Amino acid sequence: MEPPRSKQIDSEPLVFLITGTRKGIGKYLVEHYSGQGHQVVGCSRRQATFESESYRHFCLDVSDEAAVQQMFAEISSQHGRLDVLINNAGIASMNHALLMPTKTAREIFETNFLGTFLMCREAARLMRKHGYGRIINFATVATPLKLEGEAVYAASKAAVINFTQIIAREFAEFGITANVVAPTPIQTDLIKSVPEDKLIELLKRQAIKRPGELRDVSNVIDFFIRPESDFITGQVLFLGGV
Amino acid sequence: MKPKGDFSLSNHERILGAVYRAVDELNKQLPKGVLVEKSLATPLYGKSGKLESIDVVTLIMEVEDQVRDEFGASITIADDRAMSQENSPFLTIQTLTDYVSELLKENGAAA
Repeated sequence: MEPPRSKQIDSEPLVFLITGTRKGIGKYLVEHYSGQGHQVVGCSRRQATFESESYRHFCLDVSDEAAVQQMFAEISSQHGRLDVLINNAGIASMNHALLMPTKTAREIFETNFLGTFLMCREAARLMRKHGYGRIINFATVATPLKLEGEAVYAASKAAVINFTQIIAREFAEFGITANVVAPTPIQTDLIKSVPEDKLIELLKRQAIKRPGELRDVSNVIDFFIRPESDFITGQVLFLGGV
Repeated sequence: MKPKGDFSLSNHERILGAVYRAVDELNKQLPKGVLVEKSLATPLYGKSGKLESIDVVTLIMEVEDQVRDEFGASITIADDRAMSQENSPFLTIQTLTDYVSELLKENGAAA
């Protein structure tokens, strides 16, 4: 007997929620998907630096439960559905573990892990009503490469990986897939404080020794969200051959 | 969130109505032949309940959604307290309704 297949919705515009859209990868993804005719909702702690008819921005902290729930209530009333969640929002702070302030460590976990958890929970509750959803979480090559100076950041992303692998199983029943894209360093604000020699050292450890580009990230996400990827879940894709 | 409930009813009736609407939603998702009856004595989860654990998860989410629509209040049913109670709130529709009523009182949404 054929197992039930996810809804094929490639012909109609999808509703996306992308976190951390004010700049960097998030802003690029908004342009990428709204440019394809999809409806995109985004959020960041501050106002967006751009406007578009197919884009709506929420100012919030991804770890603020009440604000996140309010945003989902508005997505539900405006669109009645959510097809794709991209948890791009993330912060990093490079420091030796012996010197890492507790406050900074907590903030990294709250944004990177707790924010991802909250978004996934609320998104899946909306997605399950249509028996369809794609969740893409962000990790980092710093986790498998065990980069010194990135202990807390890499650990927060290791938590995201394990969390995604488990929700992939818990959400499968509802037609929702959950996967992870783990980029190499890309020229964004996230790595602006990482010294040049560290970045060169890192590139040497990749199979393909070039810096990551924005299109490398959207290429992976495009793959995870295409209708034919309905049998792909709980996977982690490290860029650059890490 | 604005409540959309029928204010001519008592709070108990409104809560029970929300729980029964959640049961209707759950029933649409259950396999053929399995149906949760809308009665206070209906067993949900436990020795005499016939629901799988994933069905209870669905029911709890539906009840939380229906209560939010009815009262405009956000409640979390499956919290540590519910899980550690000697008499589980998930035994019957009656115990679930009582627990929702307790949560709403604490929340200040229903006296």
